[in-house]
Amino acid sequence: MSNSIKNLTLKIWRQLGPTSKGTFETYNVEEISDEASFLEMLDYLNERLIGEGETAIVFDHDCREGICGTCSLMINGQAHGPQRGGATCQLHMRSFSDGDNIVIEPFRAEAFPIIRDLMVDRSKFDRVIESGGFITAPTGGAPDANLIAIPKPVSDAAMDSAQCIGCGACVAACPNGAANLFTGAKVAHLNRLPQGQPERFKRVEAMVETMDEYFGSCTNHGECEGACPKEISVDVIALLNKDYRKAKFASRKDLAR
Amino acid sequence: MSLTQDLLARNTVQLNSKIPLGSIEDKWDNYKADMKLVNPGNKRKFKVIVVGTGLAGASAAATLAELGYQVDSFTFHDSPRRAHSIAAQGGINAAKNYQGDGDSVHRLFYDTVKGGDFRSRESNVHRLAQVSVNIIDQMVAQGVPFAREYGGLLDNRSFGGAQVSRTFYARGQTGQQLLLGAYQQLARQIGLGGVRLFNRTEFLDVVTVDGRAAGIVVRDLVTGEIESHAAHAVVLATGGYGNVFFLSTNAMSCNVTAAWRAHRKGALFANPCYTQIHPTCIPQSDEFQSKLTLMSESLRNDGRVWVPKNPNETRPAHEIAEADRDYYLERLYPSYGNLAARDVSSRAAKRLVDKGQGVGPLKNGVYLDFNEVITRLGRDVVQERYGNLFEMYERIAGENPYDMPMRIYPASHYTMGGLWVDYELQTNIPGLYAAGEANFSDHGANRLGASALMQGLADGYFVLPYTIGNELAPMLGKTIPGVDHPEFKKAEQAARDQYNGYLNIKGTRSPDWFHRELGKIIWDRCGMERDEQGLKQALSDLPALHEEFKTDLNVTGDGMSLNQTLEKAGRVDDFFQLGMLMCRDALSRQESCGTHFRTEHQTDEGEAKRDDENYCHVSAWEWGGDAMSPNLNVEPLEFEAIHLATRSYK
Repeated sequence: MSNSIKNLTLKIWRQLGPTSKGTFETYNVEEISDEASFLEMLDYLNERLIGEGETAIVFDHDCREGICGTCSLMINGQAHGPQRGGATCQLHMRSFSDGDNIVIEPFRAEAFPIIRDLMVDRSKFDRVIESGGFITAPTGGAPDANLIAIPKPVSDAAMDSAQCIGCGACVAACPNGAANLFTGAKVAHLNRLPQGQPERFKRVEAMVETMDEYFGSCTNHGECEGACPKEISVDVIALLNKDYRKAKFASRKDLAR
Repeated sequence: MSLTQDLLARNTVQLNSKIPLGSIEDKWDNYKADMKLVNPGNKRKFKVIVVGTGLAGASAAATLAELGYQVDSFTFHDSPRRAHSIAAQGGINAAKNYQGDGDSVHRLFYDTVKGGDFRSRESNVHRLAQVSVNIIDQMVAQGVPFAREYGGLLDNRSFGGAQVSRTFYARGQTGQQLLLGAYQQLARQIGLGGVRLFNRTEFLDVVTVDGRAAGIVVRDLVTGEIESHAAHAVVLATGGYGNVFFLSTNAMSCNVTAAWRAHRKGALFANPCYTQIHPTCIPQSDEFQSKLTLMSESLRNDGRVWVPKNPNETRPAHEIAEADRDYYLERLYPSYGNLAARDVSSRAAKRLVDKGQGVGPLKNGVYLDFNEVITRLGRDVVQERYGNLFEMYERIAGENPYDMPMRIYPASHYTMGGLWVDYELQTNIPGLYAAGEANFSDHGANRLGASALMQGLADGYFVLPYTIGNELAPMLGKTIPGVDHPEFKKAEQAARDQYNGYLNIKGTRSPDWFHRELGKIIWDRCGMERDEQGLKQALSDLPALHEEFKTDLNVTGDGMSLNQTLEKAGRVDDFFQLGMLMCRDALSRQESCGTHFRTEHQTDEGEAKRDDENYCHVSAWEWGGDAMSPNLNVEPLEFEAIHLATRSYK
């Protein structure tokens, strides 16, 4: 049966717009069910604020089951909060205790400007995908799906990295604001598969260079892996670097032809 | 004269479903042979707006851009990859017959029509079954990592309402992988300049000039600015309206606004009362709950559904002896067992919970038990198949399904009703199309599992790119109205007035409060079971609550910046009006079919009792000036390839 959590003190980042100065505001939540999710706790607070004539706290969220990647939040300094392997929307109040202080901030990174309060702009991720995170296969001409047999371990490994939900926790957790885990996950998904081979080197070059344009550099802290709600391994960064190096040689050879 | 004929004679709108001639197998080929084409060099002279970037929207936008059309793509999300298709878990059907178990295009077609309880349009469903095979080829070419056998070939599983294994899957994240495939294809076109993306931009209205769709009015959610976009054709791929129930498995921002505002501009809304309640969701745990989480139906392949025979049972599940358990789906529907169709399974669960045999602290669920399969195949195999679903369940419910059976209960999940479209997926407004869950076309009164992903991609990849060309070809060289046309200005002003109106009410209740109250009425009166008295009650309660909404709504903040409360107000307003139409539709359909279960119309065994004499038609409603006075139009359904039969899963 549900119990309730009492006397929470929330320090929440409020900021009107990208160029305004932000500040922490303090809110008290006297009682909330431990069955409630963290975002339901914020919904509840927002209802109260609206009732008091205040503007609601802005935060990104949508599916609330950990798959769409819309929600974010630094909770007590951790991207997606204290749990491992889950997004903020999957965090429940049973992870907290009576009297806790909870600090709630937006994902902070130079590449993710704040839009308002806890909402940030992560569209640089889309720019990285647009530069090469795809297989060129226009609709209509695909051969039969079973024409290419793909070894199960290869397909499974591709799936492991394809699980990335594009939430940006890796960037927020990184002291450098690097996006190598995000970019590496997509490269590892597509470059492992037979269908991804024709564009393998072109893909990794384009994606790495677009990534470098917007994000910081990776210095192997590994914070990204710890923050990733899908627990994507930093191995994908090794693969990214390996393929990028290979690409530099492969492309030179292609150009020489 | 049957009621269908009588109603048909009173139609206020001429409905032409444009079904091609020929036998059912030949219709799509005949259509393609006869359709008008736009030559490659001329395609760039046409602009198409695609609203929504889920499976249907992303695949349509990408494919139209590949063909050479100028495409503007709109999403209210921050990125196209967030669309709710991403949350589909179980799989996608295709008539590949890779398992050699007797599947075929005809069988998928038949299962879909039967699953829909003979309330869908045969020709559309057959086309869906035909192109299903192309979808799998296309998605594998995109790099979707579908599950494979050790030999490297694709694996399949079976799903409710089918006796073959035709469902392709990527662990429990099939929707995610398919959406990312379509998103990446769209991203490529954005990078190449074929598609312009407008993110965090919400559709507010469709603009018609001389009866033709001329463009749309949108609101930039970040700046609050309202502006217009003109095009030769507009596609609404904006999903379903399951959030009318407030608690549903839909994502928080799923809404009916695009379809509803198109409806108010003259597009007919078909079969709104066909809403699917998914049998396997995690039961509600408390009053703060903002949404329900679905557990993939694929779990029913290996899980056994049961309740204790004794309503006063107090023992934990694993201590209840086999003899004291009622495996009711296996008992009632021996040939389909735990895989009986969704509506059938949902109602069976509701009846047992209503009789007090429910399980869990609130006695609001039934067990889905994996003990048998874990014993038979081992924990590792089960983990391989369902690992992430089990984790998801444990995270939410705080119980481990390897040791304790899951608790599940039905919840609103998918809506079969939607904008009326013809064979070309065009609404009755020329130039306005609806694709995916936003249209009504393929699932009749009930959708089979793993068929939503199939339909979204079929519409976007393999139907619209052809049918839109047929409409655009004759428009070559003609000028279209620009955004300075008075109709655009009028629509923009109306939208500004509407949103300022919400801000100016300054009442006491939040949009969420109204949404929750609205949802309760719809769930109680127009949910899994409906009756005349309840529907009439809803039709008196809803307008009263809507009136309160108009006078007591409280939206804080302003309209000139990002304001999620204001966004929500507009969506809830539309849900109110749709809710009234849903109840009206349910009241007027005096039969039971598929998910629409009228308690007055059931067999002695409690199954849905159809009335093919009087209700074998699509009910397509025309906006009549206010939400309570719509005009009913009907499209009679003719079954030529399939014999109308009683749907049975026994």
